[in-house]
Amino acid sequence: MQFATPSSPHLHNDNAVQKVMGQVLLALLPGIGAMWWLFGWGVIINIGIATVTAVVCEWLFLRARGRDPRPAISDLSAVLTAWLLALALPPLLPWWQTVVGTAFAIIVAKQLFGGIGYNPFNPAMAGYVLLLVSFPATMTRWLPPEILAEHTLTLGDSLRAVFTSLPPAGLTWDAITSATPLDAMRNQLDQNRMISEIRLSPLWGDFGGRGWEWIGNAFLLGGVFLLWRRVITWRIPVSMLGSLLLVAGIFWMIDPETHPFPAFHLFSGAAIIGAFFIATDPVSASTTPRGQLIYGASIGLLVFVIRTWGGYPDAVAFAVLLMNMAAPMIDHYTQPTVFGAQGARDD
Amino acid sequence: MPDTAAPVWDFHGGLHVPDHKAESNSTPVRTAAVPKRLTLPLQQHIGHIAECAVQVGDKVLKGQLIARASDYVSANIHAPTSGTVVDVAELPIAHPSGLTAPCVVIESDGDDTWTELPEPLDYRETDPADLRERLRWAGIVGLGGAVFPTSVKTNTTGRKVDTLIVNAAECEPYITCDDRLMREQPGDAIDGALILKHIVGARQVLVGIEENKPEAIEALRDHIEQNDLKDFEIRVVPAKYPSGGEKQLIHLLTGIEVPSQGLPLQVGIVCQNVATCAAVSDAVQRGRPLISRIVTLTGQGVEQPGNFRALIGTQVSDLIAQAGGYRNDVSRLLMGGPMMGFGLHSDEVPITKGSNCFIATTEVEMPSPAASQPCIRCGDCVKVCPAQLLPQQLYWYARARDFDKAQDYHLFDCIECGCCAHVCPANIPLVHYYRFAKTEVWAAERERQQSDLARRRHEFREARLARLEAERKARLRKKKEALDKKPAKSADGKGADPKKAAIEAAMKRVAAKKKAAAAGTEAEPAQEKTKEDA
Amino acid sequence: MLSAILTITLLALFFGLVLGYSAIRFKVEGDPIADQIDALLPQTQCGQCSYAGCRPYAEAIANGEAEINRCPPGGETTMIALAELLGRDPVPLEDAEAAEKPKSVARIIEKDCIGCTLCIQACPVDAILGAAKQMHTVIESECTGCELCIPPCPVECIVMEPVKETPETWRWPYPAQEQGQEANHA
Repeated sequence: MQFATPSSPHLHNDNAVQKVMGQVLLALLPGIGAMWWLFGWGVIINIGIATVTAVVCEWLFLRARGRDPRPAISDLSAVLTAWLLALALPPLLPWWQTVVGTAFAIIVAKQLFGGIGYNPFNPAMAGYVLLLVSFPATMTRWLPPEILAEHTLTLGDSLRAVFTSLPPAGLTWDAITSATPLDAMRNQLDQNRMISEIRLSPLWGDFGGRGWEWIGNAFLLGGVFLLWRRVITWRIPVSMLGSLLLVAGIFWMIDPETHPFPAFHLFSGAAIIGAFFIATDPVSASTTPRGQLIYGASIGLLVFVIRTWGGYPDAVAFAVLLMNMAAPMIDHYTQPTVFGAQGARDD
Repeated sequence: MPDTAAPVWDFHGGLHVPDHKAESNSTPVRTAAVPKRLTLPLQQHIGHIAECAVQVGDKVLKGQLIARASDYVSANIHAPTSGTVVDVAELPIAHPSGLTAPCVVIESDGDDTWTELPEPLDYRETDPADLRERLRWAGIVGLGGAVFPTSVKTNTTGRKVDTLIVNAAECEPYITCDDRLMREQPGDAIDGALILKHIVGARQVLVGIEENKPEAIEALRDHIEQNDLKDFEIRVVPAKYPSGGEKQLIHLLTGIEVPSQGLPLQVGIVCQNVATCAAVSDAVQRGRPLISRIVTLTGQGVEQPGNFRALIGTQVSDLIAQAGGYRNDVSRLLMGGPMMGFGLHSDEVPITKGSNCFIATTEVEMPSPAASQPCIRCGDCVKVCPAQLLPQQLYWYARARDFDKAQDYHLFDCIECGCCAHVCPANIPLVHYYRFAKTEVWAAERERQQSDLARRRHEFREARLARLEAERKARLRKKKEALDKKPAKSADGKGADPKKAAIEAAMKRVAAKKKAAAAGTEAEPAQEKTKEDA
Repeated sequence: MLSAILTITLLALFFGLVLGYSAIRFKVEGDPIADQIDALLPQTQCGQCSYAGCRPYAEAIANGEAEINRCPPGGETTMIALAELLGRDPVPLEDAEAAEKPKSVARIIEKDCIGCTLCIQACPVDAILGAAKQMHTVIESECTGCELCIPPCPVECIVMEPVKETPETWRWPYPAQEQGQEANHA
């Protein structure tokens, strides 16, 4: 009898790229829920627009490259990029800006480098930074959480705002928008006010902005799920948040009136979602165990530096992109010691 | 249950895989029938191919030497049964390439008569060198699959050996031949270990065995206790693949890391498979050469999985038939285990000294590999590698054919265990890439040696031709010098050529006569003439 | 102004001295580049590159007289290795067909051999054993497959036979590519 002869091993576990990506999408759901609860339908609309754009762009581009698009689409990596980008965007961002950002992320930051596995930069963060730099006005136009808002937006209002770039009937943009806690903190610090003074305002909760800090908790839940399912390792989230806390703590101890309490940093902006979902993107992160610790810690440090002294209120995107550039070098210098390397040959 | 009293270390990575031992380890070893024809490849071991010592038409007896070890690292091969040599030819062998190799074919005469065998030896009274000679004669090689000649491996070349480790782990799923051997012949295995301990001069013997073999553990323990053996311990290790890898097992039992690209002997350890120990006992205590082994036949594609004691040289198809034949849905035939074994193109190949297991499997049991996708650099492979390598980087460089970089990342430390490819979410055939890289590096090395040899030969030839040319020129120069000297001698007339002298004398006479005739023509012309005529 | 001129002059003198000393102290004897090139060539000594052997070809490349794509036995691999060594771009092989020929060794059909020694004189690596009016034979392990012995033989008794692959020399094939890599020109 004649037989086929593939190479060993002949057994495989049930892991697959689609499963990995699918579990990450699942882990994002609590956070998405929290954002919808606090900011209304805008978030969901953004996710929808981004997902459709991402899938269509990837499909078209792969066809243009002469490849079969189905394996790439079915591994859900484009969908994940779309969701992560959409979650970083303000809820009422005009639809065409979302499209531009997502298209850039998929086409330029991912497909032009060779597709999944070949991109050196995190595509979602690349798209976010493009939008932030190109459209600063609309990208900093955030809503207040609904518990604090004077006006709540209906689904219709949100759709109208996104697709026509007009505020809801009878209201102005100023009336409905508000700064993020990071933004507010930064502006007021720049005006030389003391932390204790700033925190007297009812906008602040226990750690970060009221309502805002719950987003961090929801994403943390998702992050713990991923750790439990072993989709990500503990090294990057722990080192990133740890170094952020450490550096923020040191400066807070030096001068508590000009530097916010360290937990504020954790629960504001994209720190938690960055630590568990963005910095852990395997393709653009460091892959060696020691390298991951260095990578994560450096991101945490950069986040603090840019937030405190840099030009933008939130820094996770920039920090991640900068460390993406350093990842290959970190990998090169942190190779694990091969088994038996300690023993010297004696002949 | 792991032996909690004894210390056991752990190695990095590894996998817990379902062991599938129950399919084949619950029935005793069946003795396979002596087949009509036996095909014995001349290369069943690491090292130089054995030299054929028989011709077509020779009658051979069971245990008779039919191929001689051709070098130090080589092994003898013996006839597994009595019969006639009918062919010495290139025949298909069990190898991933599906190529042929030189083989001796014996047709059995059905009598199974033994040849005269050497005397049994009492190892306690025998010099280790003589014991190694007996192992060499018997053609014993590592039966765990590595088939390295045991007489060479146990030559400690003056190094001190502290521990002999018996590898009874059998960590790969599906394989159960060592398990059944230990359950049914614990004495042989232990005796062999004692003989090897004596040969290498070890202080202690540690038997490394996985916890999923409780009956074997008990059988060995009973034998040790009954015989009150000292410095002979069983160490039970957790059932983690690949704890049976030599370096991994050494680390598990002693905490020592064998140097990368080095040998266990360098750290005072010798490791032998438990089946090799049983073969050693057979050779020393019964004077028998290695002519048979226990082979596992398993998988859902075969009707009655189990273990067989089969003669080396039996066709695999023969054994499958004795195991009840194939089931209808058989899709693949593997030699070895599911993690490291390779696919056989056909079952018309002989079993060799290293054939521990054959798995006839189905599409359901071991699905054909799914199409591979791009690497997402997830690092799952790094987590499971027992050699602590970066399989991901090895993959990128092997794929790019950058073999120098792959060697920088310790390509040759890879033991090809398959853990990395097992967990890869993108289904990349990682081990295939490493094997490809390794054979390319070896081929390049062979070519380099060939071209170095050709260069040396060419340069020698150029030098030789230049030397011949120089010699020729020197000879011509000498000749020319000799010729130049000769004209100086003939100027004074002495010793000159006699012929030349006569001609010159005659010419002088003619000239003188002409002169005389011209001077006195009237005086005596007639007399002169007459004188001339006379 | 004066101090500037003085400084520059002193610096120039200093660097000049350092460079001059280095040129003498670290001078490299011989022609290492030709040696390095020769080390990469397959040493078949066949002359297909139109030079009288591998060393002359190596020297020609080192002098810039020859292109790196003229060696068929070395094939693509050697051309790429030379390109990397010399920092040049890879060039398509001059005779790609010849490069694809499988490695062969010569064999003398002994019943036809007349013992004329013409092939022995032609072999660049002295791989043919024999003497005048004695049987000639090719030492298989030394033959480089250059085919220089075939034209001189007056009775055409030399044939080239491809080297057989054995399980020891067999190489694992390059693994199949990823899904989606095959062009889908739908």
